[in-house]
Amino acid sequence: MRNIFNAAVLTIIALAAPGALAQQAVPSADAAIAAAFAAAPADWKDRLTPDQTMKVCSEHKNHPPAKEAEEIQKRAQAAIEYPADGKFLGDWKKGESLAQSGYGLRFSDYPPTRQNGGNCYACHQLAARELSFGTIGPSLLNYGKLRDFKESEVKALYERIYNSQAVLPCSNMPRFGANKILTIDQIKDIVALLMSPDSPVNK
Amino acid sequence: MKFGRIVLAVLCASFALSSAAIAQDDAEKAIEQYRKKLKEDPWSNPGLLDADRGEVLWKTPRGPNNVSLEKCDLGKGPGVVDGAFAELPRFFEDAGKVMDVETRILWCMVNLQGFNRADLVKNPHPAGGKPVKELGAIATYVANKSNGMKFAAKLDTPQAKPVVKLGEELFFRRSGPFDFSCASCHSNPGQRIRLQALPHLSDPKEARIAVGEWPGYRVSSSHVMTMQHRVYDCYWQMRMPRVELGSDATVAIIAYLTKQAEGGEISAPSIKR
Repeated sequence: MRNIFNAAVLTIIALAAPGALAQQAVPSADAAIAAAFAAAPADWKDRLTPDQTMKVCSEHKNHPPAKEAEEIQKRAQAAIEYPADGKFLGDWKKGESLAQSGYGLRFSDYPPTRQNGGNCYACHQLAARELSFGTIGPSLLNYGKLRDFKESEVKALYERIYNSQAVLPCSNMPRFGANKILTIDQIKDIVALLMSPDSPVNK
Repeated sequence: MKFGRIVLAVLCASFALSSAAIAQDDAEKAIEQYRKKLKEDPWSNPGLLDADRGEVLWKTPRGPNNVSLEKCDLGKGPGVVDGAFAELPRFFEDAGKVMDVETRILWCMVNLQGFNRADLVKNPHPAGGKPVKELGAIATYVANKSNGMKFAAKLDTPQAKPVVKLGEELFFRRSGPFDFSCASCHSNPGQRIRLQALPHLSDPKEARIAVGEWPGYRVSSSHVMTMQHRVYDCYWQMRMPRVELGSDATVAIIAYLTKQAEGGEISAPSIKR
């Protein structure tokens, strides 16, 4: 009995071998990424593994089914931290310089020499006078004016920047607050850039 | 009154948008003209100096084994360079892997010339203003020997297909503190970062043009940038660590992009912004 089993195993190996020789053992995406970034410092390794939200978004090419979308949104909403003073409007001038800066978290940005930027202009139009703006995200020109500077919109905007996934599951926009790219105060400055009547975005 | 304000706002917005778009169009037209002139006078492309340097490097005995790369098999037989790039990436029996042009040259430098792989992949890309390194110069030479040909890599073979599939998965894989993937910037037509137009790489029409332009001479950093360097730079922007040249992941992404670009014309080295 055992002999027959062994013979069967050997036959299977023999049959599989020619194919196996000419075939590359293609790694899984996780294994390929681990190998491609094997030289990364230990404190960078967590960047290699997508969290549940990113995993679902990647799997569905950013078009998640309704149930998954709802889970992403709920998880994101639960993780939003609000300003201790309950105020959402910071200094729009600081917000404008944050919107211009793409500095931060790249391997060439260590040790950090200044605070991280929000890099809003990379993807959005904001103030009319800045002509060098990207179009990956929608235009935000007159953002506050078009919303009548409503207080509810101010809070909604804070949440949107803090965790874009709370508003639009699988949004392309980074989760600036949730992922600790920007501080709560920096997010308030960007909220002011978009929602202050005297900001160049609304002029 | 309120309606009037909104109309005015929309008008202002569309005016600002269109004037920026016009500025952008003008810039693109100027660049297009510059490229056309370069095509008419190919000797004005500084990238060709690196192709020449690469040819010398290919033919000169080097490394611990003091041999040239003229026995290196790029897929069409040892030493055949003409048209080899147009059929890469491909599966190599001797290495048991699918390889793109740079990974294959790296393999030959290690296995024929005796160079140390770890040394070659440690810091393989030039800083701004510095010329492309030796491996990149050789890749520029090899790519230039397929200039004007069409991408015809055999990526439907049983060996290459799963690599292309892995590349597609990695193209859409979001990770890092910004949640970015290749698709964050390259999966829609007509988009830009700041004023820089972004190719829609999951669309074969745009991929054929964009992929055919690597390696390319990058005016803003005044050196030739190779495809492996391009992928490395994208991961840098994605806030990921330094990706290793010749890793299965970068080869898979390049295989996926080349599959998307199938049939596109190679114009290497090109001139980039």
